[in-house]
Amino acid sequence: MNKFKKVDCGCDTIANCCGGPKTEKHSQIAVLGGVKTKAGDIPVVSAKLGFKDTLGSWRMRWGFGRYSYSIEPGIYAVGKPKNTSPVFVSANYKMSFDKLRKALADIDCFILVLDTKGINVWCAAGKGTFGTEELIKRIKAVNLEKIVARKQVILPQLGAPGVAAHIVAKKTGFKPVYGPVRAEDIPLFMKKGMKADEKMRSVEFPFKERIVLAPFEIIGSLKLLTVAFVLLSVINLFKSGGLNIQNTLCSFLPYLGSAFVGAVLVPALLPWIPGKSFAYKGWLAGLLYVAVIGNMWFPGTTVYFTWLLILPAISAFIVLNFTGCSTYTSLSGVKKEMRYAIPLIVVSALIGIVLNFL
Amino acid sequence: MKYLSNVSTLRLQAAKCTGCGVCLKVCPHAVFVIKNKKAVIVDLNFCMECGACKMNCSFNALEVKSGVGCAAGIIAGALRGTEASCLCE
Repeated sequence: MNKFKKVDCGCDTIANCCGGPKTEKHSQIAVLGGVKTKAGDIPVVSAKLGFKDTLGSWRMRWGFGRYSYSIEPGIYAVGKPKNTSPVFVSANYKMSFDKLRKALADIDCFILVLDTKGINVWCAAGKGTFGTEELIKRIKAVNLEKIVARKQVILPQLGAPGVAAHIVAKKTGFKPVYGPVRAEDIPLFMKKGMKADEKMRSVEFPFKERIVLAPFEIIGSLKLLTVAFVLLSVINLFKSGGLNIQNTLCSFLPYLGSAFVGAVLVPALLPWIPGKSFAYKGWLAGLLYVAVIGNMWFPGTTVYFTWLLILPAISAFIVLNFTGCSTYTSLSGVKKEMRYAIPLIVVSALIGIVLNFL
Repeated sequence: MKYLSNVSTLRLQAAKCTGCGVCLKVCPHAVFVIKNKKAVIVDLNFCMECGACKMNCSFNALEVKSGVGCAAGIIAGALRGTEASCLCE
């Protein structure tokens, strides 16, 4: 996320869950100095994130600004590494790199940054850019065998779908070791003699991780909401014979709410909403939402039926898209639920729209 | 959290498995355990088809049709007539 990434993921236009280039230019990272090695001077970066780094990740979450959030691939240093220090491998999405260096505050080490086109480790591994070939190429390009004596590189476990460790070992002599899923577990991983226990290896999808995706989901649902708004305006135009802005805005509010249900409420309450299918979870929550608002203010039978047909369908569709951000849905599973969910969503929404004209 | 049941395409050929345990190390959902010096699938329904195990098995004991479990990616793939893929490029 997942998932969405996860997010998977509808990320081509406004927001971008995986990272990804918007321009070719790389972001600058503050360099503290250099470490001398047999392969030349290596730039030292801070393990502390500055205001600009925090602001940058916030902007990425909201998809503000069409600028690149990638860094130059290559080798970096944290602290005062020697030729016996560990080498951690990362993606060149700045948020991935920042999370890693933040976790390395007390570890003198090198960071080998692969060219993943500015995409995070998990999404890039799925595409193969965080992959066997790129790792082999990068190890050779930076002359890693001249920099460190220990022939070992530590990879984030989430890079494993893209990297065949045994092939990298055969081709370069460097043995990849899979570290923990989360960068913040690295100090413990090192303390335990580079062993990741089951907890470090497991991907979970806790509340905190689901809720940081809310901005991305909100931005993602804007397109759908625009379509709904335009349709409502047209319907109102037909019915009242004039463009009544106030009327349209009022009748649009429930739609806005259904998008909020799908983009924020269901992701937040994901494990507690009955059902396994994401579309079903969204539809169910949408139905409950219609029941609640219909109880607060009854709009008349026709409009109420329109709500029943369209609003849960909107929530269902938005939650279905959340599969891309989740960290446990499979390709086969999503395909399976889409086969029945998409036709039902479309038919339900269409009947709802037709009903509006009656 | 568990997703839909009985959908994963993950298959393990016990005959090829040497019990090296690399699949346990790379699986993000603890799908495998080692029993009697061989990897065993504990619960197939936890598998998200990421393909990490297949990629890192040097004995070709694992098979899985891996890909993104992402509805937007699948729709995009269907529209373009390609495989499902993240749209992040």
